[in-house]
Amino acid sequence: MERREFIKILGTGAATAALAGCGLKDPSQSSQGKEASDANHPSGGAMTYRDNPTSGDHVSLLGYGMMRLPDKPQKTTSGGTPAPEEIDQAEVNRLVKYALDHGVNYFDTSPAYCRGESERSTGEALVASGYPRDKYYIATKLSNFSPEQWSFKEGVKMFENSLQYLQTDYLDYLLLHGVGMGGMEALNSRYIENGLLDYLLQKREEGVIRNLGFSYHGDVEVFDYLLENQDKYKWDFVQIQMNYVDWHLADETNSRNTDAEYLYGELDKRGIPVVIMEPLLGGRLVKMPNHIVATLKQKRPDDSVASWAFRYSGSKPRVLTVLSGMTYMEHLQDNVRTFSPLDPLTEEEQTWLETEVANLYVSYPTIPCNNCNYCMPCPYGLDIPAILLHYNKCVNEGNVVEIDDEEEVTDDDLKKYRKARRAFLIGYDRSVPRLRQASHCIGCGRCVEHCPQRINIPRELQRIDNFVEELKRKA
Amino acid sequence: MLRKIRITLAIIFWVGVTMLFLDFSGTAQHYLAWMAKVQFLPAVLALNVGIVVGLILLTLLFGRIYCSVICPLGVMQDIIAWVSKRRMFRKNKKAKLANKYSYSPTKRILRALVLLLFLVLMIAGLNSLAILIAPYSAYGRIATNLMQPLYVWINNGLATIAEHYDSYAFYSVDVWMRSALSLGVAVATLVIIGILAWRGGRTYCNTICPVGTVLGYVSHFSLLGPVFDLEKCNGCGLCARNCKASCIDAKNHHVDMTRCVTCGDCMEVCSQHAIHYGSRLSRWSGNSSPSSPSPDRRAFVKGLAIVGTGVTIDAVAKTVDGGLAVIEDKVNPERKTPITPPGSVSAKHFAQHCTACQLCIAACPNHVLRPSEDLEHLMQPRLEFDRGYCRPECNRCSQVCPTGAIRPITVEERTAHQVGHAVWVKKNCLVLTDGVECGNCARHCPAGAIEMMPMEDNDELWVPTVNEEKCIGCGACENLCPARPFSAIYVEGHETHREV
Repeated sequence: MERREFIKILGTGAATAALAGCGLKDPSQSSQGKEASDANHPSGGAMTYRDNPTSGDHVSLLGYGMMRLPDKPQKTTSGGTPAPEEIDQAEVNRLVKYALDHGVNYFDTSPAYCRGESERSTGEALVASGYPRDKYYIATKLSNFSPEQWSFKEGVKMFENSLQYLQTDYLDYLLLHGVGMGGMEALNSRYIENGLLDYLLQKREEGVIRNLGFSYHGDVEVFDYLLENQDKYKWDFVQIQMNYVDWHLADETNSRNTDAEYLYGELDKRGIPVVIMEPLLGGRLVKMPNHIVATLKQKRPDDSVASWAFRYSGSKPRVLTVLSGMTYMEHLQDNVRTFSPLDPLTEEEQTWLETEVANLYVSYPTIPCNNCNYCMPCPYGLDIPAILLHYNKCVNEGNVVEIDDEEEVTDDDLKKYRKARRAFLIGYDRSVPRLRQASHCIGCGRCVEHCPQRINIPRELQRIDNFVEELKRKA
Repeated sequence: MLRKIRITLAIIFWVGVTMLFLDFSGTAQHYLAWMAKVQFLPAVLALNVGIVVGLILLTLLFGRIYCSVICPLGVMQDIIAWVSKRRMFRKNKKAKLANKYSYSPTKRILRALVLLLFLVLMIAGLNSLAILIAPYSAYGRIATNLMQPLYVWINNGLATIAEHYDSYAFYSVDVWMRSALSLGVAVATLVIIGILAWRGGRTYCNTICPVGTVLGYVSHFSLLGPVFDLEKCNGCGLCARNCKASCIDAKNHHVDMTRCVTCGDCMEVCSQHAIHYGSRLSRWSGNSSPSSPSPDRRAFVKGLAIVGTGVTIDAVAKTVDGGLAVIEDKVNPERKTPITPPGSVSAKHFAQHCTACQLCIAACPNHVLRPSEDLEHLMQPRLEFDRGYCRPECNRCSQVCPTGAIRPITVEERTAHQVGHAVWVKKNCLVLTDGVECGNCARHCPAGAIEMMPMEDNDELWVPTVNEEKCIGCGACENLCPARPFSAIYVEGHETHREV
């Protein structure tokens, strides 16, 4: 029944499209299908697939990131103690079903995502979809970030829980999670000294793990070390953060970060398939100032702003899949359209994005928060991503305005300041309950080590707090 | 005509004063604060001679027009009585002729005793009890405790809609119960006065209200008032049955001016046009010797002379991403001396002048002010910092206070006004209990009075030190202290405020 429905849905496309979900190779179609489509609906073309040379997997170039799953609408109370968030499972089921129906077959989760609920939810949605287990690939991670999880026993328990939550007896892709955060020291404590990596290598031998890899953030020494030992570990794939801003300018936003150009180059050199995370920087490459959006729209009025970033990542040949954390059906539909099939960037477009657009983007002093929630929960109750996101929104909308007491201010300046001040302060209270605002950051620094973007969170929060204080005092 | 003018003015005043209590944005206060300042008792307490004399002259000239127009509680009673009358008419079309009201002799002794008691309590410093029957502040408590929440809820509804459309036209404001006692008093006041007004019109004004009694004594000598035209009057008594002050003795063609609030209803209702608003001089000359000052009057004169919190950290280790830690509500500490608003000079000055109208509480944008519950300062505002702190750019309470209990101060003066000082509570400090770096109090002290210093026996742990001389007692440290429910730094009030 399910299968018939599946074929029926795809039936409108070419016969290749129907088979594509079953793993047929890149149907290499032109982008003609796009002309007849509106913005929200897939073109009817077939999903683009890439081959994993080691395992022979045919992976959809669009992968589903299960980190930003939709929550049920939440009741917010004025006291700042909202009811705990809960994943909207029915919606997740619907999204996953739609994704599978449209050829997406790679699902990336972690024991840490969504307050620890993502694996369970992903497993449930995949089983509910009715697709057989061999029609999709599951990727999850060994996310033993907290020191009390560093023991062998805890690691194995986490791995076994993953199998259980995902309702499967094997994992297609398993990653060491976020290596590089905490440097070599953390790598050694988390995976090497406790023998966990050996355990995982053995599980790969047994076939319980089909592909072993790692996701990387942070200290480049760790990245280099792991690749130098490729002969020993034989990484089947590696997950990196890549997009047109990080290609050349990752070190621009934070001098301790490494350009994606280098990371991709090293992997390409060794022939290791690359999985892309943060192709949109957590939506920051969509929520851009108007004139950047306009520049992109000018070139391709029918295409979404997001599609540029996805086409960018997807155009690199060594990329196996591009992960997108699609919270809403509209995201999913737009992305399916972008990748069905992928219309690769021209060389010219690629350079234009990496240089002109990226430079325009970094000229705005936004804080590089991708809303991944790794910093949360803050022990003192702050809603860190919400604060940073509100600030970024105001930067992009031109609502972060200061007036200098020393200089003369014109009436126009004053008018603009008042409007921006109102938007910032009222929006702040709307986005973040008072008790969770930056003024409550005590600077304990527990969040810092968790931030994959290596943002100095307390410093940024205190900077925002000072700005808010200024706004409040200068009416 | 007289009645229409009266109603128009009354509505303007009533809406204005009410808005003063409802509006949390500060706009109404900016334009309408004077409406609170012309209220009689507040003006007396503020020793605002100009206004007191003005109101007395107004009454001497026109009668108790104050009670019909300026006093919001009076207008509120008129509205209630009007609704009650309308209902009666609807039930019975002929009820216009029925006895809605009837003349009753003045309760001279009761009125005098109540006024006397009121003055004695005020003089004895027991304002908190006396003001329970003061008209303006009673209305203020009703408006603040019962009407403002409704207004804010409506505003919050609009804010939700505005948010939906990405508009910043409205913003949401917390609604919370500042004090159960104060709410209870407001409800009781509304119910009692409401029932009295529903059944008998101005009963409260003419028996209990101290301002009504005082103005009654003045109004006794007023130049203008309702005057009978004996030639036209057919003695039907319609005027008396429509007099909400029950002050018209139709049989004897006498209007008791101590109770008449110059509403003009009698003139409107008289089919013979036998009552008009005019000079009462003729009456006087015929009835010349005003009685010697009564004891109450003496008391009145005397009165005039005298009035002068840790987030209990969800200590769960961070193993998963996302979610929000539970934040425990703050609990206010017991302060040896309650903190009174900046500008209130001293606890004594404040207690003597405040009528607990709660206008400042309604106006406080930082949710700092709330009614006191101890008997001596019943319902007078005090500062608590569980929901916010007394922000340095704000002087709104001092701008709206009609009684001079909080004297007007500028924002610059406010930041130099010491109302208390911060005290560090070692056992609650997170630096010691959790071993984390903090310093949030020092970082947010607008007076720069807190300095982080290493402990003498352990230079790893930096804890706050308070320079009491610089501290202004604004409560930023207490409010933003991460220790919950009890803050590790709190403000102790000062009996006498000073400049730093």
